[in-house]
Amino acid sequence: MDLNLTDEQRLLRESAERFVTESYDADHRRKGANDPLGFSPAVWKQFAELGWLALPIPEEFDGLGGGPVEIGILMEAFGRGLVSEPYVATVVLGAALIERCGSTAQKQASLPKVADGSLKLAFAHSERAARFDLAKVATSATKTAQGWRLSGSKIAVLDGHAADEIIVSAHLHDHQGPSGRIGLFLVPATAQELAISDYQRLGGGRACNLELSDVQLPEDALLGDGKDALPAIEWVVDRAMAALGAEAVGIMQVLLDTTLEYTKIRKQFGRPLSANQVIRHRLADMAIQVDEARSMALRAALKADSSPVERARAASAAKAKIGKCARFVGEQSIQLHGGMGVTEELEVGAYFKRLVAFDTLFGGTAHHYARHALLGRITKAA
Amino acid sequence: MDLSFNAEERAFQSEVRGFIAKNLTEDMKRATALTPSVFSDPDIGMAWQRALHSRGWGAPGWPVDHGGPSWTPAQRWIFESECARAGVPNVNVMGVKMVGPVIIGFGSPEQKNFYLPRILSGEDYWCQGYSEPGSGSDLSSLKTRAVRDGDDYIINGTKIWTTHAHHANRMFALVRTSDGPRQQDGISFILIDMKTPGITTRPILTIGGDHEVNQVFFDDVRVPVANRVGDEGKGWTYGKYLLEFERGSGIASAKLREGLRAITELAESDLTGRAIDSPDIASRISEVEVDIDALEMTELRVLSALQTGQNPGAVSSILKLRNSEIRQAVTRLGVDVIGHDALTVEPMRPLYKLNHEPALPEDMLTVVPEYLNGRAYTIFGGTSEIQRDIIAKMMLGI
Repeated sequence: MDLNLTDEQRLLRESAERFVTESYDADHRRKGANDPLGFSPAVWKQFAELGWLALPIPEEFDGLGGGPVEIGILMEAFGRGLVSEPYVATVVLGAALIERCGSTAQKQASLPKVADGSLKLAFAHSERAARFDLAKVATSATKTAQGWRLSGSKIAVLDGHAADEIIVSAHLHDHQGPSGRIGLFLVPATAQELAISDYQRLGGGRACNLELSDVQLPEDALLGDGKDALPAIEWVVDRAMAALGAEAVGIMQVLLDTTLEYTKIRKQFGRPLSANQVIRHRLADMAIQVDEARSMALRAALKADSSPVERARAASAAKAKIGKCARFVGEQSIQLHGGMGVTEELEVGAYFKRLVAFDTLFGGTAHHYARHALLGRITKAA
Repeated sequence: MDLSFNAEERAFQSEVRGFIAKNLTEDMKRATALTPSVFSDPDIGMAWQRALHSRGWGAPGWPVDHGGPSWTPAQRWIFESECARAGVPNVNVMGVKMVGPVIIGFGSPEQKNFYLPRILSGEDYWCQGYSEPGSGSDLSSLKTRAVRDGDDYIINGTKIWTTHAHHANRMFALVRTSDGPRQQDGISFILIDMKTPGITTRPILTIGGDHEVNQVFFDDVRVPVANRVGDEGKGWTYGKYLLEFERGSGIASAKLREGLRAITELAESDLTGRAIDSPDIASRISEVEVDIDALEMTELRVLSALQTGQNPGAVSSILKLRNSEIRQAVTRLGVDVIGHDALTVEPMRPLYKLNHEPALPEDMLTVVPEYLNGRAYTIFGGTSEIQRDIIAKMMLGI
């Protein structure tokens, strides 16, 4: 049992924090906010040079073989800088799915390119009718003589507009109809009959909806051998929730620090706000919740390779708890900044909006407490 | 980073399990489960203390030259967790975890030689004389006075909320020996024999139905000056040192988990009409479980820092605060889970020695008393409001 950072992990944290402090300042964020691309290709190139795109990719595919704890360290720093590059979409979701489900040829074709920055990915899974149920996929993939034909609609595809290839989940149909298995398909962003409607995402970055109207794909567009991909989808979403949880911790820490400084400087009734016990206690509660969130993000990362139920319970626990803490810390940061807190003149609002987006992604607090409870019963029944 | 225990730690874990299996009797276990208040009665607690002492585990946190087992922080964690899981009785915390460390840190060689072995063996039973009727959160305003008379102090005044004063043969107390410019000055830390003439104890019954706390009166009580720990007037420093132990000795998550497990079992039973089938109850159980997960991780982070010699600092206030709040959440959930059965009052104590058939199944007997008694968790050892003040000051610098 040891939760201290290794020397390598400490170096990673230092370099990520240094990058954010030196290169990803308020000015950078402000310029990026109105950029139609939603991120900076130059920064992406830097990520590649720093080895961050290669971080979790296995060494045999030109990666560094890092794990969820290293991703968490990086994501916490990204949270501090409110980084909007498509890291989660490409590396945490996309590359991980290819690594887990792809054939050797597919991995060889994609992973080294992710690592060197020349391939960006996205994961299109959510559908309107499914809400947060990962098992519910109406988009269909029908076997054809040449390969596959995909039809359906996807929503909330993180950074899909920037992706060269989008991994689309679809219910596999054979000649008898729906097979009960989900498949994952590598769809080129330029595919015919694929309509991408892209929009600005709450809290920075972009997202898009997809319309697939009989998109024709070659046989080898299917990742792996057609085995049901639901376990892989649950696995990757659990990892993404751990990573996003760490990002939320970084965001919350900035909000706490900023709000603390403000209450020391802002004077009302002849004294600093922080001289009031009601304010001090609020800040103490915020500090406690940031600390609890930090514990939960780390816990989810450390359990990301445990058995599926243990991993999923830790991920849902983290998502629910960090979401709850994030709403509290975010809302109170605005409250304690008073009128200024609701303006676009301060960055408090931008950080808060990213937290709201975090809480919503992959299901909010109530959803994950319920999933946690359900998984607990599965554990007992087993 | 690694959340799992290594081979050595696992070996220690099975050693602890073996010890508990051999020494924890069914009677002790049942008595502990049926104790709704914070502390086990001495007949139960001290039997366990003797068992621990005979194994050399009587004082896990003490240095080895005073009889501690020289465990690593991880071993302490494992020990406390296994004890909680098995449901062992509470030992005399006021002796082992409170006054012991103060005597070790600041006591004279004579005091160490006399008192420490008696704490380890369970021969002495200690109570804590801190709060007074006029001094609660503002502890340093205390007025119980010790006036020097030759080689003695003569003590007059009163202490309140004194847990197990009616069982204890010794008390450690903060008393005023002079009036300094600040109210923290002039306080001394003194060890009192409870059989000294002039001491009377009045029971205070609490809302859960238990007699756990008391008010203690001092009427011209003569205590040798040799019973003062450390310097005269420095008692506040020693007292605060002790409070840090009281708050931060927290390896609490395992006990909370055990409490939640008991409530969850009730919720899954036909006795409660399977309360867990209500999605609201199921989600609330998860919510509390997740809070325990977070506390456990914070404890493990603190422990990892301690292992490498770092000081965890104000985190001990977070641990105390969250432990008390989660404890209350568990007990609140318990009341909701048992539904109508929360209306039934069993006034007799102790619950493990009833001489009649109780009106409730044994598993439910402690649920409401624990909830009511549990209101005290956010009050004793520094209220939650005081803890938030400490966090604001120590962690946030405001």
